[in-house]
Amino acid sequence: MSERPAIEVENLRKYYSSVRAVDGISFVVATGATCALLGGNGAGKTTTIAMLLGLLLPSHGRIHLLGEEMPRHRQRVLPRLNFSSPYLDLPQRLTVAENLTVYARLYGVGHVPERLATLGRDLDIDAFFKRPYGSLSAGQKTRVALAKALLNEPEILLLDEPTASLDPDTADRIRSILTDYRDRSGATLLLASHNMGEVERLCDHVIMLRAGRIVATGAPRELIQRFGRKDMEQVFLDIARGLQPGEAAA
Amino acid sequence: MNAISLARIGALALRYLYLLRGSWIRVVELAYWPTVQMILWGFITQYLAGHSDTLNQAAGLLLSGVLLWDILFRSQLGLSVVFFEELHSRNLGQLLISPLQPVELILSLMLVSLARTLIGVGVAVMLAIPFYGFNLFQLGLPLLGFFLNLLLLGWAIGLMVSALVLRYGMGAESIAWAAIFAIAPLCGIYYPVATLPSWLQPLSWALPASHVFEGMRAVLLQQNFRLDYLLYALLLNGVYLAVGVSLFLIAIHKARERGSLLQSGE
Repeated sequence: MSERPAIEVENLRKYYSSVRAVDGISFVVATGATCALLGGNGAGKTTTIAMLLGLLLPSHGRIHLLGEEMPRHRQRVLPRLNFSSPYLDLPQRLTVAENLTVYARLYGVGHVPERLATLGRDLDIDAFFKRPYGSLSAGQKTRVALAKALLNEPEILLLDEPTASLDPDTADRIRSILTDYRDRSGATLLLASHNMGEVERLCDHVIMLRAGRIVATGAPRELIQRFGRKDMEQVFLDIARGLQPGEAAA
Repeated sequence: MNAISLARIGALALRYLYLLRGSWIRVVELAYWPTVQMILWGFITQYLAGHSDTLNQAAGLLLSGVLLWDILFRSQLGLSVVFFEELHSRNLGQLLISPLQPVELILSLMLVSLARTLIGVGVAVMLAIPFYGFNLFQLGLPLLGFFLNLLLLGWAIGLMVSALVLRYGMGAESIAWAAIFAIAPLCGIYYPVATLPSWLQPLSWALPASHVFEGMRAVLLQQNFRLDYLLYALLLNGVYLAVGVSLFLIAIHKARERGSLLQSGE
């Protein structure tokens, strides 16, 4: 018997009066896969992720996560899900350890001190556990946000720009942590990113969005071949500019 | 309806406890204004006591009024200001993608508001004893009923104000301070409802706080506990709280429709 995909999206739409932020997209992400949502600014990536999280109600369409309908069965899904994004913050005046403790308890994590110690070591954030979150650099905040997202060992991990504002060394380390986590836990990852190198390294599937619609899907290597390009960076530019496969290369 | 989790309510309350623990200025601030109010009205009481038979008869009338009023004021502010913390720190979205339910968010806000009110007003109540020889606990057991009713009304107004801010953004934050003062002249803190113009009195009686302050005067002036006032106040509070909770939940639902939870902040 085939396993049901971790993420199923069917004819999803989000309209704001006359603006069509997401316009009838359908896709599935297999359990254990790593999928990238790509597109220029305003393509609908963050809107799609927000709808998956139940933070935004769709105008139309259906979402199933881990076999449960969202947002209807939000309470069954949310403990098994997590998210990291620069659009959402953590309380600035609380220390890193306090923030992580509060969220660990919200997610019902057992053995909180041990879990924090493990994440502190893995993400190299234990040195500033006692510092207020607001006093951290952008890169340090990104790592803490990722620690928060991994607290409950989610079955689906949604990431918005997971390595934004990180130096190349730290960004590389984060990618290793994400792949290790996926391989160890079998979790499904869906990420929005503008870093095409990251997408090529992490993702086995890509969904390209433009103006709220899916304009191309496939494995990174497949897309590179289809568009006759050298890498995903060039594919991304072609799609963002509305070019068809081979049109620019020709 | 999903089961309410005490662990999640406790976790969020812990977040606010951390915030208080991290800044002694915040703790001092909680007690500062109620204490200043108490000192001011204590002197006014002392001055007027020599000129007024009523105040001679019940020396604690004004001080009881001001301290009970502060319970209402602090409980409202304790709920809405703590909620605004989540908006300022852009943390509301994080909370709403966690397993925390909106009802649990409300309950934790109430719990923290209770703690803040007890700290803030408690210090002023205790200081009134050595300062003016005035003990609010002379109201006896009815004080518990008065406290509960004012707390409930404070929460109801706090939820309505928070719903407004969620709907109209942080620009509406000043309503948190203004809302409670809008009802102050109507609820007879320092004078009986009968003092108000007759056309305003029905409006006053529609406020649970008016019944509390009339009940307080009955205890202090006639040594008579009026159960009817307490029950009316409880009944009205049931309605106000239902409206407050509903508005707050609707505001969260509307924010999910508009997508404003991703943008909430200053």
